[in-house]
Amino acid sequence: MALLEVRDLTVVFERKGEDPFRAVDGVSFDVEPGQTVGLVGESGCGKSVTSLAIMGLLPKRGARVTGSVVYDGTELLKLSDREMRDRRGRDLGMVFQDPLSSLNPVIPIGVQVSEVLERHRGMSRKEAMSEAKDLLDKVGIPDPNRRLTEYPHQLSGGMRQRALIAIALACRPKLLIADEPTTALDVTIQAQILALMKELVQDLGTALVMITHDLGVVAGLCDEVNVLYAGKVVEKAMRHELFARPRHPYTHGLLASIPRLDAPRGEKLTPIKGSVSDNIPWAQGCAFAPRCPNALDLCFSETPAEEDQLGRLLRCHNPVVPGTPAVEEVPV
Amino acid sequence: MALGVTKKEKIDDLAESAGVSLAASAWKRLRRSPVFLIGAGITAVFVVLSILSPWLAPHDPGDPMLITQVIKARNEIPAPQPGHPLGGDLQGRDFLSRMLVGSQQTLIVGVGATLIGLTGGLILGTLAGAIGGWVDSVVMRLVDVMLSLPALLLAFSIAAMFARPSQFSVIIAISIVQIPVFARLLRGSMLAQRGSDHVLAATSLGVKRGAIIFRHMLPNSLGPVIVQSTLVLATAIIEAAALSFLGLGNPNDRVPEWGQMLGDVQKVFDTHPHLAVWPAVCIIIVALGFTLMGETLREALDPKNRR
Repeated sequence: MALLEVRDLTVVFERKGEDPFRAVDGVSFDVEPGQTVGLVGESGCGKSVTSLAIMGLLPKRGARVTGSVVYDGTELLKLSDREMRDRRGRDLGMVFQDPLSSLNPVIPIGVQVSEVLERHRGMSRKEAMSEAKDLLDKVGIPDPNRRLTEYPHQLSGGMRQRALIAIALACRPKLLIADEPTTALDVTIQAQILALMKELVQDLGTALVMITHDLGVVAGLCDEVNVLYAGKVVEKAMRHELFARPRHPYTHGLLASIPRLDAPRGEKLTPIKGSVSDNIPWAQGCAFAPRCPNALDLCFSETPAEEDQLGRLLRCHNPVVPGTPAVEEVPV
Repeated sequence: MALGVTKKEKIDDLAESAGVSLAASAWKRLRRSPVFLIGAGITAVFVVLSILSPWLAPHDPGDPMLITQVIKARNEIPAPQPGHPLGGDLQGRDFLSRMLVGSQQTLIVGVGATLIGLTGGLILGTLAGAIGGWVDSVVMRLVDVMLSLPALLLAFSIAAMFARPSQFSVIIAISIVQIPVFARLLRGSMLAQRGSDHVLAATSLGVKRGAIIFRHMLPNSLGPVIVQSTLVLATAIIEAAALSFLGLGNPNDRVPEWGQMLGDVQKVFDTHPHLAVWPAVCIIIVALGFTLMGETLREALDPKNRR
């Protein structure tokens, strides 16, 4: 049985004087123990909201969460606030995007790490501090004794993110959700942090849900990839499959829009035209159709269903033919 | 082994001293700031003088010892003279002694009103900012109502409700006026904290609600409130003076107060301005001292400014 089973997860935000907004629209995926699953998509496609919904961190008022999130046999969406609070940090950890603003500026790092240990493992401050030192050591922060007493602003960006990872993993949760953990870091640090996460996830056997818009991160880390568009999974495949043979035009476009070092000089990038529309996107036809180079008339009238195609889930009327080169496919 | 022990001891120290270092480093920087030193100097002199004033005052501030000069000169005010460097007041009492002892009343009223106002504001602001919902609405409407009335007018009305004006009624009147200022300020920064990433991160770690409010939100919201309280101290001193000036203060003029002294000399201000200038200048300097101190304190306590 999967560690985390997300079924038909839907998040609707009520808006005053406007139609409610479906940020997440029937997303389903499984995470096996120790597996790394990627949620990929551009800004506004519902990645972060999915993660907040799983963690039960969406505001009570204004956000309606339906569907099912089963963690280790327990339906998380039905838990009381108190039960959910006991699980957060202990069973499910989360790493956020901006490490500086995600740490409390007026509390030393050591106290922030030990707070979780005291909370969930009933340690005394002393025990927790000593454990915190080991944790900082483990995530590769040099001179952890000194860092324990320092405040977030005294640490470099990379070290802050390491500290956040240490905090999230302090209680050895079986599932870690990382919401764009490398976005706020520069490229060299990104690589270090990804390597660290990969290593920790393997060592501790933690399952990881990696939320990112960066396909490079996916390529380096994920076993399985879910591509989200406007709140729905449009393509789901194993990593190698997805990169070698993207079938959904959106996935194809994402891959084509990455600048390549081996491309001829002066070659133009191929962006996906337009941006995610925020009208009720999937009500009639495919939400991606207005931006899709492959769009048929059918695409504007009938919402494509999710189809299982040889171990890959695809939501498209007219998928890209495997082997089509990305650059020629989408005219500039 | 020895190394292991020292490491462990270090961690123990840390566990105990964690959190102190912010104050310690703030102090380190404050000591180098001339503005803080001036503000703190004024405040310190004022506090010391007012505490020691019963012993420092050369004469009893309530004793009309120069009354013979007043009577003889047909309500003339005794001029500065040996033994009475500032002369006497309308009733022939030693003016310097009254100034000194008056500082005590100012301090008691200022600090008392600020502390009570701060406490009330912290409670209301935390309720509104941390709980939100209808509690927030109720508290904030209450605050709006109070803020819609001019502060001094509200203080006068409250002070006038007491059958017998006293030091206590002045403190209560001024502190009630300060409550909404603190409450609104704290609520604002609590709300900002509630939506902040680190509070979300703490929530994602299963930290309990109480701990989130008191450990994560409140300490990060206190900066502006600390500044406000020193500024309020200054306002409270001025408002206390205003209340006494209008006769809503302590009626016992054997216990002098600067505002009351100002009020007493209204009629002779044309001819003897020094009787008004001394208390007025003292009020201004003390208010300035608290303001300077508060402003530098805020800068020092902001962790982003630490070096």
